[in-house]
Amino acid sequence: MKDIKQNLTQELDQTSGNPLLEENIKISCRKVNVYYHKNVQSIFNVSFDIAKNQIMAMIGPSGCGKSTLLRCFNRMNDMIEECVVDGDIKLDGENIHSKNIDPVILRASVGMVFQKPNPFPKSIYDNVAYGPKLHGLVRNSSELDDIVEESLTKAGLWKETKDCLSKAGTSLSGGQQQRLCIARTIAIKPEVILMDEPTSALDPIATATIEELMYELKSSYTIAVVTHSMQQAARISDRTAYFHLGRLVEVNDTNTVFTNPVHELTENYITGRFG
Amino acid sequence: MNNLDLTIILCISVLAAFLLAQRRAKLWHTSSTTNIHSLPSYYGYLTAIWTLMPALTIFIIWSIFELNAISGIIVSKIQELQILDKESLELTLNKIYNIANSDFYNLNDSSSINNQAANLFIEYKNNSLILKCISVISIAILSFLVVYFFITPNTKARNKVEKLITYLLLSCALIAILTTIGIIVSVLFESLEFFSQISIFEFLFSTNWSPQIAIREGQTGNSGAFGAVPLFWGTVFISFIAMLVAAPLGLISAIYLAKYATPKFRSIAKPLLEILAGIPTVVYGFFAALTIGPAIRDFCVFLKELGISLDIEIIANITISTESALAVGLVMGTMIVPFILSISDDVISTVPNSIVDGSIAMGATKSETVWRVIIPAALPGIVGGFLLAISRAIGETMIVLMAAGVAANLTANPLDTVTTITTQIVVLLTGDQEFDNVKTLAAFALGLSLFVTTLIINVIALYIVRKYREQYE
Ligand SMILES: Nc1ncnc2c1ncn2[C@@H]1O[C@H](COP(=O)(O)OP(=O)(O)O)[C@@H](O)[C@H]1O
Ligand SMILES: [Mg+2]
Repeated sequence: MKDIKQNLTQELDQTSGNPLLEENIKISCRKVNVYYHKNVQSIFNVSFDIAKNQIMAMIGPSGCGKSTLLRCFNRMNDMIEECVVDGDIKLDGENIHSKNIDPVILRASVGMVFQKPNPFPKSIYDNVAYGPKLHGLVRNSSELDDIVEESLTKAGLWKETKDCLSKAGTSLSGGQQQRLCIARTIAIKPEVILMDEPTSALDPIATATIEELMYELKSSYTIAVVTHSMQQAARISDRTAYFHLGRLVEVNDTNTVFTNPVHELTENYITGRFG
Repeated sequence: MNNLDLTIILCISVLAAFLLAQRRAKLWHTSSTTNIHSLPSYYGYLTAIWTLMPALTIFIIWSIFELNAISGIIVSKIQELQILDKESLELTLNKIYNIANSDFYNLNDSSSINNQAANLFIEYKNNSLILKCISVISIAILSFLVVYFFITPNTKARNKVEKLITYLLLSCALIAILTTIGIIVSVLFESLEFFSQISIFEFLFSTNWSPQIAIREGQTGNSGAFGAVPLFWGTVFISFIAMLVAAPLGLISAIYLAKYATPKFRSIAKPLLEILAGIPTVVYGFFAALTIGPAIRDFCVFLKELGISLDIEIIANITISTESALAVGLVMGTMIVPFILSISDDVISTVPNSIVDGSIAMGATKSETVWRVIIPAALPGIVGGFLLAISRAIGETMIVLMAAGVAANLTANPLDTVTTITTQIVVLLTGDQEFDNVKTLAAFALGLSLFVTTLIINVIALYIVRKYREQYE
């Protein structure tokens, strides 16, 4: 058993399936390595593409580096001292590590939704208005009102909150808070939305609402979602990437990954033999 | 045999009671026929507590009333003492105690009445001690026997010990609370006494403070002015200057420490600041009086010369004094910086990192995140911290006493000297005065107003801080 695992891990330098795309690429990674604390490597030589207006699901056992990789896409790893990212990550063909890209601007076009809903301790309105005000997207308060309404509507939260916009964002239920965070992200009109296990802190009904929302959002945004639930990946994503111990094992159309996996590790994982 | 021996005997008997009861419970435990309710040691504790409590109570009560009772008997036995008035009786009794306790006293010398009394005193004291020992020990033994007899394997020893311990803790808490209440009540009564002589309106609203009244009776000028407004003002003024220094300095350093500094810098700076917080205020007072005060005076001298040579009247008329509100405010500000810093740092650190990440991920810079998310979120807590700091500044005595002087000026000029409530309390109470002197009573009234003010500020501050904490729980 141990030998098999070792062999499998050695083969992992090659990603199975179809990691690379020919066209319609939004984000592309080439030979990305991530290190924490100098010698601890968390991501090994990952190369794959994320297509425009699709949902890319990233699955794998916990600790395999999904969140770490996701945070590379909006350079949130810059915030962590001693975290080093090397390799090429391109957004619309432009290297996000190049000198003329400001991470602050990058984060405005690559939004992020976190595992635990984290609304600001401000009113619902101010939560959504935070980004537009920050980036100077509005000229007057009626424009701001419009953006707030539009974003909350898109996030499916407008009906519930239109009468209580001045209530604290933290007073909403968990599922509503997560939708508020999505609305807040949408409000700065990003091109990509990164979601790190957005439903793992929510009950099944709230989860279903968020999944529907993601499905609707993909027509206007590119979505990369980390999830520990294989059912969720199967339900909502167009393509699925399976990670194992910091390596990208297999990428393919979601259907193919779940019905006809190429790699033995992927098969073991989706049939529930480990993970 | 003396009190120490008695205490040791009591301890030994309690230990013996514990061991006996525990041993018996162990026997119950090992004999298969009986089931015991609690662990053997609980039977030991229960017996020990009940052996100790009654005996200890008698011991304490006896020790408290012993002296009074003996004095009473001595007075009733010796007629010469009965004719004395209250004060001289007290004095004589004190003399008698001293003679009785002195090592050089010759028991056979019964020449004076005092010596006779001392002889009696020693005799009664010895009798009392013997009686005390007998009763305490016999009560201990008696209660031990009773408890030992009543405890059966079914006794819920654990629950009972638990309850007794609760009472014990409760009584400790009560002592602390009662002491506080006692202090408040005594301050309150003395203040009422003061307000029966000086009207409360004069105290609260009049601006003339000069409590220089006659110390001896019949001396002329037997009335002082007790308008406390200059003191209130001085207190507020100095606290204000202090906060002007401490609030921005403390808050900004806290922000830097909590959100910008590297862990290494933080690990060095935090302990240093704690040391700063531990400096006794007397040292700050030194600093204010000997360094800052003269420096400000020198600066004023310089300004004044400049004003005269440039012919600018405002600057030329500047006050020059070592004792200025400014010096005190500056030093007091420095004193409360670590206090504000550590509270703000706590409060800022309570703001969850997830919120910070959320803001960064929206494309905010670190500073934007700090000012637009962290500070607003932490504001209630920070305000609460400021209020606590203000109440500390208000209660500060030493710095003001050393550097601000005692002149009760009603001025808004920071270069003038002002005085504060705390300083005046010290001034009023130092020196030989009778206790029910108006001057002394005024100190209580000042103390009361100080107490009420800080109490209100603290209650508000703690309420705000608690509300703030709840927000993130
Ligand atoms: N801030 C960090 N500092 C050091 N190591 C980290 C940090 N974050 C994650 N790691 C390490 O990187 C690896 C991948 O973590 P992560 O990306 O959170 O996994 P996943 O999201 O797939 O569960 C783990 O071994 C974890 O210990
Ligand atoms: Mg994760």
